[in-house]
Amino acid sequence: MTTISIDRASRWFGNVVAVNDVSMTIGPGVTGLLGPNGAGKSTLIHMMSGFLPPSSGTVTLDGIQIWKNQQAYKQIGLVPEREAMYDFLSGWDFVLANAELHGLPDPGAAAKRALATVEMEYAQDRQVSTYSKGMKQRVKMASALVHDPDVLLLDEPFNGMDPRQRMQLMELLRRFGADGRTVLFSSHILEEVEQLARHIEVIVAGRHAASGDYRKIRRLMTDRPHRYTVKSSDDRALAAALIADASTAGIELDYKERALQIQAIDFYRFTELVPRVAKEAGIRLLTVSPADESLESVFSYLVAAK
Amino acid sequence: MNVTVARLTARGLLGRRRGLLLLALPVLLLALSALIRGVAGQDEGTASSVLGGLAIGTMVPLVGLVAGTGAIGPEIDDGSIIYLLSKPQPRWKIITSKLVVAIGCSIVFAALPTYFAGLILFGTFENLTLGFTIAALIAGVAYSSLFLLLGVVSRHAVVWGLMYALLWETVVGQYVPGAQTLSVHQWALSIGQKIASPGVISSSVHLPTAVPLLIVATLGGAWLASARLTRLTLAGEE
Repeated sequence: MTTISIDRASRWFGNVVAVNDVSMTIGPGVTGLLGPNGAGKSTLIHMMSGFLPPSSGTVTLDGIQIWKNQQAYKQIGLVPEREAMYDFLSGWDFVLANAELHGLPDPGAAAKRALATVEMEYAQDRQVSTYSKGMKQRVKMASALVHDPDVLLLDEPFNGMDPRQRMQLMELLRRFGADGRTVLFSSHILEEVEQLARHIEVIVAGRHAASGDYRKIRRLMTDRPHRYTVKSSDDRALAAALIADASTAGIELDYKERALQIQAIDFYRFTELVPRVAKEAGIRLLTVSPADESLESVFSYLVAAK
Repeated sequence: MNVTVARLTARGLLGRRRGLLLLALPVLLLALSALIRGVAGQDEGTASSVLGGLAIGTMVPLVGLVAGTGAIGPEIDDGSIIYLLSKPQPRWKIITSKLVVAIGCSIVFAALPTYFAGLILFGTFENLTLGFTIAALIAGVAYSSLFLLLGVVSRHAVVWGLMYALLWETVVGQYVPGAQTLSVHQWALSIGQKIASPGVISSSVHLPTAVPLLIVATLGGAWLASARLTRLTLAGEE
């Protein structure tokens, strides 16, 4: 049982606050760190992996400070986001070097086991520079697993992976979580996170926006007013029909754009309502587009709601 | 000293274009020495100016610069150093291992070529070759440590290193004699002066000044580099 605790940690770079007063506890099992790009996910992971001291607050591994504590790496496996590795080595030499650097009693056996876990034995004798992005990701993974760590930290591990590689990695991480290891990965894609992580921590603009079970996060993200822009052959008639239903909260007729700006409060019911109403009234729908579906707006809603 | 760190460093240093650059300098020196010996014959003044100016004045600092900064700078630049640092290894061990490799390169690509160039130019007379070789060796050690430190603290380590080796030691030193007191080149020459026959090698720094400064520069460089590496942060790319 290994736990990472972040207690009121902030980190700023000059005038820019990257992480703002965040507290969270990452325990055994798979945790997803979700947030848009630039939210401070990497900064948090750098603090958890001892590559950045918090400007204030503490980041500890089982109660012991991680920054400047090289012994912590006996328990931590880190998969960095950056791709740079020792490209001139073969996959085997790279993983073996990592095993040796950990001072393992039998580095050869450890490297072999780690490469088998990520199913990279078939390419282990090729130079890392010849690997595809997914292969590099797997070798990075093997290098992080080579000492059988209790904690695995992965910064955007699914970036650039194809669906099959993604499934494989997810399966692997699930297995580690089930073994009782503490696995934390970051991502900016909700679907990715909820497929894998039971527990999700959401971070937006450096702040801790939400925390909990994936169902709770999904609900938070869908149960909110959604805005749509709708164009049709008869905007006024459509507006009249839609406002009668409880799933809409407000409709504005935008003459300049010749469109309806609709605020929906029940997402699922509304998406089913629009085509049905239009069909019944014989109105042609020309455009139905969500006005604020960007991840950033979803997240900022969460922050405001908190 | 960690063998794995040393092995990775050596492969990184010698594997790519940097290896060719390191090889080119001594080859040039030896070719030039052979040419000069052929044309001018065996002459103390010529030998002295080739070994003092070209070998110790130019080749030794350049090899030290390539080896010292190249032993760590590229890994910090591209972020691959994270694989060395995310291990339960004391930082001073990482620095020491890299320093050993950089010094090894200085011996192979600078001190030994100086010795062979000396033999070609002047044989073993008056301990001139030995004096310059020991001076090259010692300068190589000090440069490796200082330039390794530069590689850790600056992303423009090569530029700073060149400014020091070429501008400070050579140009500034020529016009401002005081600048030579803070010159690895002159410190090393003062040791060479002691080894060679009297009057063969001259240095503008006295031995009792040079030796402590060499020790401080070498150990201080390595110590500061370790301290800096312990505090190395990876800023987010976001």
